Amino acid sequence: MNTLLKVLKYQSKDAVRSRWLLAYTVFFMLVTEVLLRFSSDPTKVELSLVSVVLFLVPLVSIVFGTVYLYNAREFIELLLAQPVNRRQMYAGLYLGLTLPLALAFLAGLGAPFLFRGSDGSGMGTLAWLLVSGVVLTCVFTAVASLIAIRCEDRLRGLGAAIGVWLLLTVAYDGLVLFILAAFSSYPLEHAALGLMMANPIDIARVSLLLRFDGAAMMGYTGAVFLDFFGKAYGMVLTAAALSLWVLLPFVYGMRAFQRKDF
Amino acid sequence: MSEPLVRFTKLSKAFGSLPVLRGVDMAVRPGRVMAIVGPNGAGKTTLIKALLGLTHPDSGEISFAGDAVNGDEAYRARIGYMPQIARYPENLTGAELIAMLKDLRGEGATLDEELIEKLDLHSALSKPLRVLSGGTRQKVNAVMAFLFSPELLVLDEPTAGLDPLSSRILKDKILSATASGGTFIVTSHIMNELEELADDVAFMLEGRALFVGTLDELKRITGQPTLERSVATMMRRDWLTEAA
Repeated sequence: MNTLLKVLKYQSKDAVRSRWLLAYTVFFMLVTEVLLRFSSDPTKVELSLVSVVLFLVPLVSIVFGTVYLYNAREFIELLLAQPVNRRQMYAGLYLGLTLPLALAFLAGLGAPFLFRGSDGSGMGTLAWLLVSGVVLTCVFTAVASLIAIRCEDRLRGLGAAIGVWLLLTVAYDGLVLFILAAFSSYPLEHAALGLMMANPIDIARVSLLLRFDGAAMMGYTGAVFLDFFGKAYGMVLTAAALSLWVLLPFVYGMRAFQRKDF
Repeated sequence: MSEPLVRFTKLSKAFGSLPVLRGVDMAVRPGRVMAIVGPNGAGKTTLIKALLGLTHPDSGEISFAGDAVNGDEAYRARIGYMPQIARYPENLTGAELIAMLKDLRGEGATLDEELIEKLDLHSALSKPLRVLSGGTRQKVNAVMAFLFSPELLVLDEPTAGLDPLSSRILKDKILSATASGGTFIVTSHIMNELEELADDVAFMLEGRALFVGTLDELKRITGQPTLERSVATMMRRDWLTEAA
């Protein structure tokens, strides 16, 4: 445990001072601030922010994470030459990457709302949005760590990172739409639910959009989703699916890290 | 002859289909400086990394101070490592990097901060590593390797990138540490430098240790007056077949 905390301490110290991370925070601050200036309704602002968060958080987490770990290669070698345990070190590296990113996101998006104060309206949705962003950060830094450890060639690793992001953000939805259109004469509500659960970005998107009034317009599928998320087992399944998305790449990455030759 | 501090027994390692170490046998005796020499790609760095647990050998054994090295990390507290010129987290300062190592290694070791003084690093240590020159970073590396007065110091190309004065200071440090019982494994491409430091020499070629013995022995066998000439002689393949 000790090694984990020490690696976490110094690595996050380094990551927090990164200019890219600062740019990430400032970007979210600016977008949120501008949106808040144009609209007095926090709910509308949050709805616009959903798209930005779902697009940007996975992208930045996976690309920043991969590049950061590739650059830390020699640092990792130096650490491994010390009397440290590889498993704890991997956990420390992962958290040292994830915590600063998550904090940068929280600060960027949360600060403009915080400065404005609030009458309490839309605060529940904001909290949901912040939690979703943090969870997506955890998922995509876990995938980034796995890629950076498994893939020796950094150019291919970066390609894989962007590929995973494109797949989950763009290609997957296209595929789902195609399936839904091709089999539109069948009742696909539950299949759609299953497909959604397989993609962390989709889970975040649907669970966020259902919190807005517009969810009522989503037809029968929307009603099934609303029903699903409204029930306890739906929430448990969602949480389980997201946890799997963090745990699987993390555990797999840790095993690869233990066997890796530096 | 005293028990070796480090012993490699039939150590083999391949990266994919490329064999890097092919059954290396070598012993490093305590209180001595062992120079590992050989052309690029001979397996010197892989051998060192195997000792440090960075690389897992396919077969063979490594023992440190009589105990087999097999996945446990405690033995590394007794080893200091100075890697080849390396880039470290660019937003940390040298002082923070050193503080981190102190944190990781914990109390117990006597700290040797002499090199900070001698290499005049006080002001450089408070700056982020990214603004330091390669040579200065290499000096920070040297400080970190010697910091915990380890029993064994592994130096991979220690003077690469150092100016003559700093390189002189580092070499003096190595010599004074051996005088007080420290053991060293050094690789370098600068033979004159190794000539000055080394007691023993291991010559590696294509993943094998073709010669392991004292410097004087090497010179006698090859019939050459200097280490540089001896190594050059050994690198000629016809000499190898003659010797065999």
